[in-house]
Amino acid sequence: MVAIEQLTSRRPALVWHKEASLDAADLVIIPGGFSFGDYLRCGALAGRSPIMNAVLDHAARGGAVMGICNGFQILTETGMVPGVLIRNAGLKFSCRNIGLRPCETLASPFTIGLDLGEDLTIPIAHNEGNYFADADELDRIEGNGQVAFRYAASDAAGPVNPNGASRDIAGVLSNNGRVLGMMPHPERAMSKLHGGTDGAKFLLKSLEALVS
Amino acid sequence: MTSASDVMTFENAVTMGLSRDEWDLINQRLGRTPNLCELGIFSAMWSEHCSYKSSKKWLKTLPIDGPQVIEGPGENAGAVDIGDGLAAIFKIESHNHPSFIEPYQGAATGVGGILRDVFTMGARPVALLNALRFGAAEHEKTRHLVGGVVSGIGGYGNCIGIPTVGGEINFDKSYNGNILVNAMAVGLANSDRIFRSAATGPGNPVIYVGAKTGRDGIHGATMASAEFSDETESKRPTVQVGDPFTGKLLMEACLELMASDTVLSIQDMGAAGLTSSSVEMASKGGLGMEIDLDLVPAREENMSAYELMLSESQERMLMVLKPDATETARAIFNKLDLDFMPIGRVTETGRLILLKDGGTACDIPIGPLVDDAPEYDRPHCDAPIRKQLASSDITNDAPISHMLKTMLGHVDLASRRWIYEQYDSQVMADTIAGPGGDAALVRVHGSKRGLAMSTDCTPRYVEADPKIGGAQAVAEGYRNLSAIGATPLAVTNNLNFGNPEKPEIMTQLVESVLGMGDAARQLDTPVVSGNVSLYNETGGKAIQPCPVIGMVGVIENVDDAVGNCFVAAEQDIFVIGQGDKTNDGWLGVSIYQQHHGDDGIYAPPPLDLVAEQKTGSFVRQQILGGSISAAHDIADGGLVVAIAEMAMRSGFGADIAVPTTGNLHGWAFGEDQARFVVTTADSQELIAAAKEAGIEITKLGMVSDQGELKFGDSDTISITDLNAVFEGCIPALMAG
Repeated sequence: MVAIEQLTSRRPALVWHKEASLDAADLVIIPGGFSFGDYLRCGALAGRSPIMNAVLDHAARGGAVMGICNGFQILTETGMVPGVLIRNAGLKFSCRNIGLRPCETLASPFTIGLDLGEDLTIPIAHNEGNYFADADELDRIEGNGQVAFRYAASDAAGPVNPNGASRDIAGVLSNNGRVLGMMPHPERAMSKLHGGTDGAKFLLKSLEALVS
Repeated sequence: MTSASDVMTFENAVTMGLSRDEWDLINQRLGRTPNLCELGIFSAMWSEHCSYKSSKKWLKTLPIDGPQVIEGPGENAGAVDIGDGLAAIFKIESHNHPSFIEPYQGAATGVGGILRDVFTMGARPVALLNALRFGAAEHEKTRHLVGGVVSGIGGYGNCIGIPTVGGEINFDKSYNGNILVNAMAVGLANSDRIFRSAATGPGNPVIYVGAKTGRDGIHGATMASAEFSDETESKRPTVQVGDPFTGKLLMEACLELMASDTVLSIQDMGAAGLTSSSVEMASKGGLGMEIDLDLVPAREENMSAYELMLSESQERMLMVLKPDATETARAIFNKLDLDFMPIGRVTETGRLILLKDGGTACDIPIGPLVDDAPEYDRPHCDAPIRKQLASSDITNDAPISHMLKTMLGHVDLASRRWIYEQYDSQVMADTIAGPGGDAALVRVHGSKRGLAMSTDCTPRYVEADPKIGGAQAVAEGYRNLSAIGATPLAVTNNLNFGNPEKPEIMTQLVESVLGMGDAARQLDTPVVSGNVSLYNETGGKAIQPCPVIGMVGVIENVDDAVGNCFVAAEQDIFVIGQGDKTNDGWLGVSIYQQHHGDDGIYAPPPLDLVAEQKTGSFVRQQILGGSISAAHDIADGGLVVAIAEMAMRSGFGADIAVPTTGNLHGWAFGEDQARFVVTTADSQELIAAAKEAGIEITKLGMVSDQGELKFGDSDTISITDLNAVFEGCIPALMAG
């Protein structure tokens, strides 16, 4: 909310999960958080919240959707993006900066503005961010250009791949490029006071591509 | 009203931790023998945990007033004015006994409980901190307990979405059988919208909200007031189970309700659950309360009055609403699928009357429950006199770099990254400085103002000299906040000690509270809230005393704050609070002494509170004025460890001049107080300002881009090597 308002000077509409319809929107964001406590599989319950039918309809009409962290988990639960997210390989919650490498993708508003050679530094904070799909599925989504981001080396301490994700995948796109799920939190890298502005850069490029 | 089988005896009272005198007093005040429910209520209210019966006399000596204080001790949490019409509301609380028995749930519910204390006051929690003590690194239970406690703290804080921004942790064998888990929460409220717990208006409805009541945690407050024995494992059922998602819903519902004009008083159900919440609300309002226990939302069937009143099920609150507001309030709680149940009313009788199954389960006067709670002046003695350790008795000729490298692998100095990366320190995106700094800094949402906070205690100093140790905990907090540029405002304390019935333990408590009071007065940081945890003993052996200080301060503009990393090569490095003739240091009860395997208890470094205030204020002013680019307080491990920490976190190196005479290890690793290492881009200005203020300042050297620390001409070590030891220690410990 605050990040989007900071970039656009417009206040995004907050929609309660029990509602059943969505007004027309340039972008639907499903933010992070522990929906329903994540006591069951992460995102499993929220994936079945009444509002998700409206989000599915929005996506089916070609609407743009971005799921961050728990939002990514919810997107995989609804099948809006391929793959699943399982427990981190280290079996521990991990909150730290990681390097994020934009990949060559199919046409997508979320990646079109990014420089392939320019890695971003953005924080992660999750317990279940280990992206998993079988080898055939991974080959398929890589072949389609659906891998949006991979973990990459950075100045931050700790392993390059923070959670054991298959093929270092940190973010994936739907097969039309209009839905993005990503584990890192761009809204936590919005100013020098946060320790970096790469999150703002990524969000701004996405918004420019979506709204223009 | 009491059936014959329900008439209690003195033997029953003993099993609930009551003494003969206390039993007699209960009978006298009631004019009859209590039943099980009534005895349970007296036992909980008169437990050490709820009544502070051993510590009250000494807590009263602490300074609690100041122009910044909005709410001192006595409410759910303390409140201080931070400007802009805002109040910081904060408290620290222990969950030691439950965390030893069941580390994940014990720690998780400790976090949940302290968050409820803060949002009960109408504040939105913005930060969590903690202070942890574990047994020796090599002890068989340590790994299990560290792992469980850390994931429990993260499990609750991460899920409810409040950042865990700071804390401290030490290891000592005295905690092998009794760990310490103290959790602190800090929240923000409008200073004119703070909620209190005194019940008002006879006839007004008493509402139960939140989770249902189960049989978990029954008599937790009494457990927390007894020593551990071999049967401790059998107390597992008295540990509560946390549900952070319900905690989140309850927090949002309460904050939404409190934003409307409907809540008259509100109290969370913490220790002793429905008992302490109802009694405290009625007592503070000088009124009575009548509750129909059949209406209490229960998770299990056939719960007795005793069980309902003593359950410590989590995520529950009690409140008194304006009579016409019930339906508005119900809608808010129903929206979030939370229980909302009017269970009674405020009365003028001054009695706690509980109805159950068509009869009266309890009828006791509230006055005696609270006012007659015993207060003991327990015997204590003179603090032991400690011998001073001469540096030459312990030091050797090893190069500084060699000593530094091995000391950074000491479990009390090593990097805490393995721990704090399991905490979400950034959620809500207002964390400016999280774990790893001297103090944490959280921005007030939508403004430039920042809240600074830290937790501190050095138990080995307290053990050696409780008065100095108690004062030092406050002084170190003051230094930590000053080192980022923040002005300290007030403190909350968590007094962790052994059995107060032993005079030597009582001495630790008395002396450290007196020391704490001296420091809080001198440094103008009154004590606004706190918690006492006694009987931290196992098999008759007490823990190292640990009076933790949680300090909160403010900085007007977070852009002015500095960190504790070097920021640029060729900046000069100074020590503030130390003269240029200094060529030795205080090694008694230092990390250096411990590292040499000498577990003797010597005199701790002396503390000069006036010097603490002068140097702390000077560093703060110079940071805000822009002449200091990075600052780090000198604490565990001394001067050279502070320099190494500033280097390791930045990647820069440093060239440091060393004394040519004196005791080199004493100079490098002595733990003399009231000192800071700082860097500056304008040495002349800083030196002139120090001279003007009468502050000692000595140039140590210069930041380099060489990636190594150089001590004098011939002693060099790479930052990479130091980092490997510093970062490797705790992961290796936890890997087993």
